[in-house]
Parts: sequence; C-alpha cells; structure tokens
Amino acid sequence: MNVLQSNFFELITIIFYCILIFVPLLVGVVLALYADRKIWAAVQKRRGPNVVGPFGLFQVPADGLKFIFKEIILPDSADKTVFLIAPIITLALSIAAWAVIPVQAGVVLANINVGILYIFAISSLGVYGILMAGWASNSKYPFFGALRSAAQMVSYEVSIGFVIVTVLMCVGSLNLSEIVLAQKNIWFFIPLFPMFIVFFISALAETNRPPFDLPEAESELVAGYQTEYSGMPFVLFLFGEYINILLMCAMTTILFLGGWLPPIDVYPLNAIPGFVWFILKVTLVFYMFAMVKAFVPRYRYDQLMRLGWKVFLPLSLLAVVLTSSILFFFKLAPGMS
Amino acid sequence: MRFLNFIKSFLLIDFIKAYLLAQKYFFKKKATINYPFEKGKLSPRFRGEHALRRYPSGEERCIGCKLCEAVCPAQAITIETEPKDDGTRRTTRYDIDMVKCIYCGLCEESCPVDAIVQGPNFEFTTETRKELYYTKDKLLENGDRWETVIAENLEADAKYR
Repeated sequence: MNVLQSNFFELITIIFYCILIFVPLLVGVVLALYADRKIWAAVQKRRGPNVVGPFGLFQVPADGLKFIFKEIILPDSADKTVFLIAPIITLALSIAAWAVIPVQAGVVLANINVGILYIFAISSLGVYGILMAGWASNSKYPFFGALRSAAQMVSYEVSIGFVIVTVLMCVGSLNLSEIVLAQKNIWFFIPLFPMFIVFFISALAETNRPPFDLPEAESELVAGYQTEYSGMPFVLFLFGEYINILLMCAMTTILFLGGWLPPIDVYPLNAIPGFVWFILKVTLVFYMFAMVKAFVPRYRYDQLMRLGWKVFLPLSLLAVVLTSSILFFFKLAPGMS
Repeated sequence: MRFLNFIKSFLLIDFIKAYLLAQKYFFKKKATINYPFEKGKLSPRFRGEHALRRYPSGEERCIGCKLCEAVCPAQAITIETEPKDDGTRRTTRYDIDMVKCIYCGLCEESCPVDAIVQGPNFEFTTETRKELYYTKDKLLENGDRWETVIAENLEADAKYR
C-alpha cells in the first residue's frame, strides 16, 4: 500500500512537470507562429495579422479554434487508423524531445547523461509520422511529399550528427547541461563557426523549413504529406512541426550559443535568471529561421540532395577530423591535460 | 572565375547580402494600409458608384436626352422620358444595371448637364443581385448623399476637361 502511495505521488509530480513543460511550449508555438507570419510580412512590407486582439496576437488561437471545430475529413481510400495515428506520433515525438532540454542550471525534466543521443533518436523517429501520413493518405501528392521528406531528413541528419560529434569532442559529455557549462569561457559558435552554420542550415532542412520545404512545396505538391489532412489532425501536424522548429532553435542555443549562460559573466547580466537568456537566444535563432524563410527561394530537389551529401557531409567529416587532431595535438581535449 | 564562384558560394556571400537586404526592408514603411479602418487616397477622377445630381434648387439635372444610354458600351442604362406639366422633358425611369456596367465613365463624359456622375464610393457590394439593379430613386439618393464630394471632385477636375 505504501509503495503504491509513493508511486502515485511520483506520478502526480511527473504529470505536473510535464504540464510545466507543455504549457509554455504551447504558448511558445503560438507566439512562434505569430512571429513567423509577422516577420515574413514585414520583409515584404506588409502588416501581417493585426486585427484579432491586440496587435493581432489572438490570430493564431483563433485559427486553432477554427481548426478544432472543423470537420475531420477521412479520405475514402485512406488507411484510417494509420492516417489518424500519424499526426499524434509527430506531435508526441516532438514534445517528448523537450524532456531533456535544460532551460536553466538544473531546471530540466530528465537530466539524463545521454541527453543529446536521446534527442537525436527522437528527432530521427519524427520521420515516421510523416511517412505514415504520406502512405496512409493513399494519394499521390502526400506520397511524394512523404518520400521527399524522408529522404531529406535522413540525409541531413547525417551531417547534423557529425556536427554534434565535433561539439561533443570539445565537451567530453553527452549531457546537455554539461555541454552548456563547458561554454562558460567561450561559446562554441566562435571556435566552431563553420559547424554552427552547417548545423543551422541542416536544422532548416531537418524541420522542413524554407528553403528546404520541398515536402510541402505548394507549387508542386499542394501541401505534401498534409494534403489530405483537415481539422484537428492538421493542427497536430502544424504544432508538431513548430515544436520541432523550436527544439532545433533550442538545440542551436545549447550547442553553440551557450544555453542559459549570459554573454559575459558580470554583475547586471548574470543577475538575470538563466531561462530569460535561454528564451532570448531561442528567439534570436527563431528570428533567423523566419528571416531565411522570407529571403531564400526554395531549392530544387537535386540541389537539396547535392548540398546534403556532397557539401555538408564531407565538410562536417573534415571538421570532425580537424577538430579531433587539434584537440589531440594541443592536448585541449577534456581529460587529456 | 570558377574558383571565385566557389569561394562566393562557400562563404554564403549571396545569402548574407540577401539577409541584409531583407533586414533593410524589414524596417521600411509598410506598403499596405489597414483597409477598412484606413483608406487609400482617391483621384477626383475616380469612377465609382453612379449618382444622379440635382440643382441647388432641388430640381433634377437630368433632361432625358438619352446620350448616356446611347453611349453606354455595356448597354447598362435604360431611360424612359415624359414631358412634365411645365413642358420640360424629364425622366420617368432611369435604371442602371450595375452588374452590366463596366465603369468606363462614358455616361459621365457624355452628359451635357453633369447629371449622371460617377462618385468616389466603391464600397457598394450587396448580398443579392437584385439590389444591384439601380433605379432612379436609388441614383438620386446617391446624388444627395455624395453631392458635396462629387461637386468638389468635379471642380478639381474641371480645368483638365
């Protein structure tokens, strides 16, 4: 009985922590969607959403409400179970990855020592949601979209993996909090600047953002794997996608921009709580995500593959060799001196 | 040359340029306006919704000459006339089919007494087609409502006619 009670208490705490992550994340997604539209509009000298609520801030919740009350259309020829499971998988996986993201010193749901491996595994699984959606729709555009998406995510994950390896060699740990703490003296984007750029561009491709939004290229594939979706499942996809984008922004922040650390460790700056710095940096990276969407035209599919396999893969491989050699010869690697 | 191109694409120079350009446009004045709350400027020659004008005495300007009916390329205007008690000719019917109308302004151009004019109003959508078959009453009402603006516009444009 006692065991059951303590387990029950533990369960409640975990659920509470999950809500503590999930709610700010949802708010973040709403704000990200809004900021995305606003930034895009500003670059094109438009105003963007500005009617619903103050400064149009309620536009995204209003859209969400609209989607929730819309009918869920199930295509006749679709595999209904898989069709409905696919968006759930996408959303669940993208939220699951946030369990290991440290927003402040010690503030993390699961401080596991293979955090980065966990994130890598979860984001690799993300492609299954898209593949299932494309396959279960039983329609040509979603199928093509899913094929493209799968190929794209798989090829860019390789270079992301190598970039992460270079960072890990400088840190000597897979724990995300320790990766951040290792940047106490210098943020990794300065010594590893080329890797920072490669990671950023690969993150764009990984999250199917423009200029790599071929899976949902509306001029050729209607909406890619989302074509047959409507109402709530579509919202799940949309949210999953944006949570993934925020995750990639957070990853960039943790790996290269020093996570929750202030730019310089002096009094007025280090008095600000860490999560503020973290959110600020994520916002900055997201701003670049949104700007890239506004000024870069979409890649052709063969260019995308060429960039992934013929440019980024050799480049990141070279960086791995170079970084490890430098660390080895100058005895800079953690635990060597 | 090929080497230079390689360096250029490798250092993402084009992307940095594009980013700076986008950043410049980000802070520029918006090209769009908050339409229903804020409206763009219209030329005095703007050819919007039709109106039939009156003289300051309240008498209708239209003399039923049917020039507008004749000139209308879309044949949207239908006029019937009758002599009045004082011997002048006046319209008993003046219909404009706003669905047919192409807003070319020829009726306004041909009118010898500036009776039929196209005012500055362009927000006259309706829920039914029937409401777009304008009758004389509707046109005269338009004229009364927009008279000040129409008179100003005609005066502003008079020297170019």
